[in-house]
Amino acid sequence: MAKAVQKTGISQAERHPALAGRNASAAHVTLSVLEPAERVSLRAPEASLAALSKALGLTLPKKPKTSASKDGRFALWLGPDEWLVIDEAAGDPLGDCGKVKQLHSAVGVSHRNVAIGVTGPGVEATLSAGCPQDLSLTAFPVGACSRTIFGKVEVVLYRTAEDTFRVECWRSFSDYVFTFLSEAARDAAA
Amino acid sequence: MSGAFRIGNAGRLTPARTARFTFDGKTYTGVEGDTLASALLANGVHLVGRSFKYHRPRGFLSAGAEEPNALVEISRDSARKTPNVRATVQELYDGLSAKSQNRWPSLSFDVGAVNDVASPFFSAGFYYKTFMWPKSAWKNLYEPNIRSAAGLGVAPDQPDPDHYSSRFAHCDVLVLGGGAAGLAAALAAAETGVRVIVADEQAEFGGALRFESGARIEDQDGWAWAQDVVARLKGMSNVRVLPRTTAFGYYAQNFVGMVERVSDHLADPGHDVPRERLWQVRAKRVVLATGAIERHMVFADNDRPGVMLASAARTYLNHYGVAVGRNVGVYTANDSAYAAAIDLKKAGVNVAAIVDLRDNPSGSLIDQARAAGIEIHDGRAVTRVGGKLRVSSMTVQPKNGGGERTIAIDALLMSAGWTPSVHLFSQSRGKVAFNDDKRFVPGTYAQDCVSVGACNGTDGLAASIDEAYAAGAKAAKEAGGKATKGNKPKVDADEIWSRGMLGSAPGAGPDTTVKAFVDFQNDVTAKDIRQAVREGMRSIEHVKRFTTNGMATDQGKTSNMHGLAIAADMLGKSIPEVGLTTFRAPYTPVTFGAIISHARGPLFDPTRRTPMHGWAEKHGAVFEDVGQWKRAWYFPQAGEDMHAAVNRECVAVRKTAGLFDASTLGKIEVVGPDAAKFMELLYTNPWEKLEVGRCRYGIMLREDGFIYDDGVVGRLAADRFHVTTTTGGAARVMNHMEDYLQTEFPHLNVWLTSISEQWAVIAVQGPKSRDIIAPLVEGIDMSDEAMPHMSVREGKICGVTTRLFRMSFTGDRGFEVNVPADYGQAVWEALWAEGRKHDAAAYGTEAMHVLRAEKGYIIVGQDTDGTVTPNDAGLDWAVGRKKTDFVGIRGLTRPDLVAKGRKQLVGLKTKDPKIVLEEGAQVVDNPNQPIPMKMIGHVTSSYWSENCGRSIALALVAGGRDRMGETLYVPMPDKVIEAEVTGMVFFDEKGERLNG
Amino acid sequence: MLLIRCPYCEEERPELEFRNAGEAHIARPTDIAAISDDDFEKFFFIRANPKGIIYERWRHVHGCARFFNAVRDTVSDKFVMTYKAGEPKPSKLPGVSK
Repeated sequence: MAKAVQKTGISQAERHPALAGRNASAAHVTLSVLEPAERVSLRAPEASLAALSKALGLTLPKKPKTSASKDGRFALWLGPDEWLVIDEAAGDPLGDCGKVKQLHSAVGVSHRNVAIGVTGPGVEATLSAGCPQDLSLTAFPVGACSRTIFGKVEVVLYRTAEDTFRVECWRSFSDYVFTFLSEAARDAAA
Repeated sequence: MSGAFRIGNAGRLTPARTARFTFDGKTYTGVEGDTLASALLANGVHLVGRSFKYHRPRGFLSAGAEEPNALVEISRDSARKTPNVRATVQELYDGLSAKSQNRWPSLSFDVGAVNDVASPFFSAGFYYKTFMWPKSAWKNLYEPNIRSAAGLGVAPDQPDPDHYSSRFAHCDVLVLGGGAAGLAAALAAAETGVRVIVADEQAEFGGALRFESGARIEDQDGWAWAQDVVARLKGMSNVRVLPRTTAFGYYAQNFVGMVERVSDHLADPGHDVPRERLWQVRAKRVVLATGAIERHMVFADNDRPGVMLASAARTYLNHYGVAVGRNVGVYTANDSAYAAAIDLKKAGVNVAAIVDLRDNPSGSLIDQARAAGIEIHDGRAVTRVGGKLRVSSMTVQPKNGGGERTIAIDALLMSAGWTPSVHLFSQSRGKVAFNDDKRFVPGTYAQDCVSVGACNGTDGLAASIDEAYAAGAKAAKEAGGKATKGNKPKVDADEIWSRGMLGSAPGAGPDTTVKAFVDFQNDVTAKDIRQAVREGMRSIEHVKRFTTNGMATDQGKTSNMHGLAIAADMLGKSIPEVGLTTFRAPYTPVTFGAIISHARGPLFDPTRRTPMHGWAEKHGAVFEDVGQWKRAWYFPQAGEDMHAAVNRECVAVRKTAGLFDASTLGKIEVVGPDAAKFMELLYTNPWEKLEVGRCRYGIMLREDGFIYDDGVVGRLAADRFHVTTTTGGAARVMNHMEDYLQTEFPHLNVWLTSISEQWAVIAVQGPKSRDIIAPLVEGIDMSDEAMPHMSVREGKICGVTTRLFRMSFTGDRGFEVNVPADYGQAVWEALWAEGRKHDAAAYGTEAMHVLRAEKGYIIVGQDTDGTVTPNDAGLDWAVGRKKTDFVGIRGLTRPDLVAKGRKQLVGLKTKDPKIVLEEGAQVVDNPNQPIPMKMIGHVTSSYWSENCGRSIALALVAGGRDRMGETLYVPMPDKVIEAEVTGMVFFDEKGERLNG
Repeated sequence: MLLIRCPYCEEERPELEFRNAGEAHIARPTDIAAISDDDFEKFFFIRANPKGIIYERWRHVHGCARFFNAVRDTVSDKFVMTYKAGEPKPSKLPGVSK
């Protein structure tokens, strides 16, 4: 019967990220599918933030539309008790949260989201093809982040530089988002 | 030579830069910067179309967006055909091909013109009165024929190969209109540093300066000043300058829809630029500088080609260097036409006479005209014109009657005065006011906007620019800008035109039957409007609809005020008493392409694919659409049709095993110390006592007691549940749960996270399922003792994390393997390789449906329809009877929900086992009753079951569970099908196979 | 498209990010299983649907995901104010005389 199987007999499953191999560039914008990252959907009341911040090694932001980042790990404020924690430095944010005794919910969503980097002088124009928010530097400065709409789907926008946004969307919407961004990028000169 | 009517030294175009084009197959030469209208006029072509109803020959009325007559079809190729393009707006490019519309066989000889002769039969309200009977003929006979005989251009019959783009934009000050006022406002706002967008529908900014002559601004020629300002604005990083952009709709909170025509003016646009770009602008302040539109004079045959607005003739001359004739007449009730006459005279065109309806007009323009030697007939009217395809003469008469005189002309310039363009202001819900000058101007504002210049009823260039500059600076300040550092432009101009007249001119009065057109595009005459009033229309809205005045694509830009004045006159009321009809978006027609912009083809709606989609595709799956998802429907092998494939898949699952992609299921992680309490409230079932590592089938109700969703829930830890929902219910169930958590049960310490796309789900079902999975699993004891039916374990499969559920939607032993989405394909492939050793099959959604129906498992949304309770569905066992609260608990005890005779879910077995009932078919208990029969239920699910060797069906039937063994009837068009009422389980009634 | 001020995000955001969720301040009875048919009818089925000021729920579904309350004029379609879920019905409305 099903006993513990010899480890050696099982070959490790290969990872097939969505959008693998896709990229696009236009005169004013370059799109790139970002490397897989660790992600945690973190929910917690105010009282737990200090402990969680300590465990994660960065201060969870409390102000709407803001983020914190440190050593390849980002925490994006999505709601008054909600953060998207992204780790690009091979860390284990889910494990870090797991050590915290204070009240919270940490759920791994590394594979749920796909991230697309949009960079270049036409980045605002490209995103404004589908996003109704004001993405000017005044309204959406470097470090700002927000869950919002892009065309017909929900995305999370995170401005990492004046000319660069990280666009996070759910896996099955990534084809739509990437295709829309590619089309919008062609029109970003105007 | 770019046309015999091109005048050297006049206009702003460069004659050497020619562009060739065709109109109705004939080749002409124009100049870059021409519109199609100016290029045709330069070649002496006035006749360009036939009218809507009477098929009367028509020429150019205007030189702008208000054009009602000169609508043509522009085509680049067989797919790129745009009907109803205003020739006065279409910019010329080399190779442009245009065609006249609404005529057959040719523009100069049009058979449809018989309508003009027969016009007594086509008076106002004709359609409504004539085609009343028989009623059925309207749809099949009258309407199609009327539509083909009337109507304008022909819609293209191929998919649009062009692409369109869209842009959301945000600014502090949005200036709509780039004439002198708009530019002054934009400049003032821009100088403060705030974000400014300025848009104008024309290719070049300047507005009325296009036809103006003599005005000097900042010591420059007016037009040159405008171009200079545009250049300065373009150089400022806080300003976006949008030419060829029409603001078509003004919506709530300063949200303005605009269309930018990006490439319609280019000879070879290429594929990179869109044809049009939709702008959706949100502005803190809006400055409306939309100008004014000149009105025509309403007199007999005022639609003859060659009869046009005076400002249009002046535009063609001063901007395009084109004379609209060699011997022109002028008919006016207003000064501005004098300016046109003077300019034409200076350019060498003979001005036969100015006919002025006013007695003893005076002023500098009149003096100048006299000085130029132009004959002025004041106190007189043009009562009619001669000529058919082109005006040849005008008949002049004292306005109170008397001797006629006919003067030969080849063009007639007319002006009844100027109507402020309050369209956008009105769309913003502002209320117009009728001022002393007999003009509707902005009255009460409803939004943060301001009107400046001619659209505000402000006369004269200097006053307009002053007003606009101050308004631009104020708007910027209100939007958070600093005080302006600039100075208002210095203006030296003396043309002021505020006078004019409304309604029909003498000779087109109540006692005549002449065709004096009010609305050119819809062929509405002064007589029609009077008739509407005589037939009882009192409201201007009724007059409008009865006559169709102002209802054409030009939205009555030239006709509204005349129509209103004539109606008011007939009604014996003042104009403000009668009131203005509502202005609606769009200001000018907008293409569907622009509105849709990116949302077509693959971007029409997201297509969602699972991580295993590629594998299914490679293995020949036929997909079905389930919401936005593509799901593998069945996997036909060589020679198999759907029926054969589904039968094979169903048999394989029960014989050995099958693999099924269940990734689209909604999944929600419920985490927190109060997770179980929350689950107790959201589901009918009890959860507090569910052990960690066990699963339960849960039912979710709405507050009214009806089934909302269902799914298997696994408890991963005391404070952590893995909830599954239906595929279609994923988003709304999450919303429903969040709603209760946030607003009704906010005291609970629990959070919800959607993990639908975190986990790929591979269902492995069938007697061999464990044998297939086990070799790949680490850290989980899969024996029946350690992992019984309805349990969940966390461990590894193929070296990656898994949440392994033992559960069944087939009635056979089964598992659902959850792995992180990016590993879905690889784990599927590994399981497939194991499965092949046991002759397992991949199965799709159709087999899944059949297999679950064999066991009587319901599908929410198929076997339920929002009016089915757990009891109706035979699921009473899933309702925790000891519970004191859950969403829907009170709804379940409503009188109608506990009444006898409710429809209940039962099985149906046809007497002839080969007959498969149709889903949705109605059920009756007596097939011999008279029609309409009393229907007691309907079939919800029906399939051929290869495993049962017969057809099976589920049905909702009134009092169904009390009818076991009864014969019911399903009447179909060709026969009545007999069926026996049975239980819902058709296969393995004892449920022994779950551990088989 | 309206602009709606989200009381949690503390700024105005485009309507596309929001979803209306019906009338506000209708509390689910804590003893719901015990209430009469009439009371259930009032709670579940009856809505005010006024011409003029309406108190309603919105969700910033594609933003912070919070439900909140709003006061809106159904005639002008203008939002008078928004406030967090759970906060009491405002006794005074800014800019409304009645």
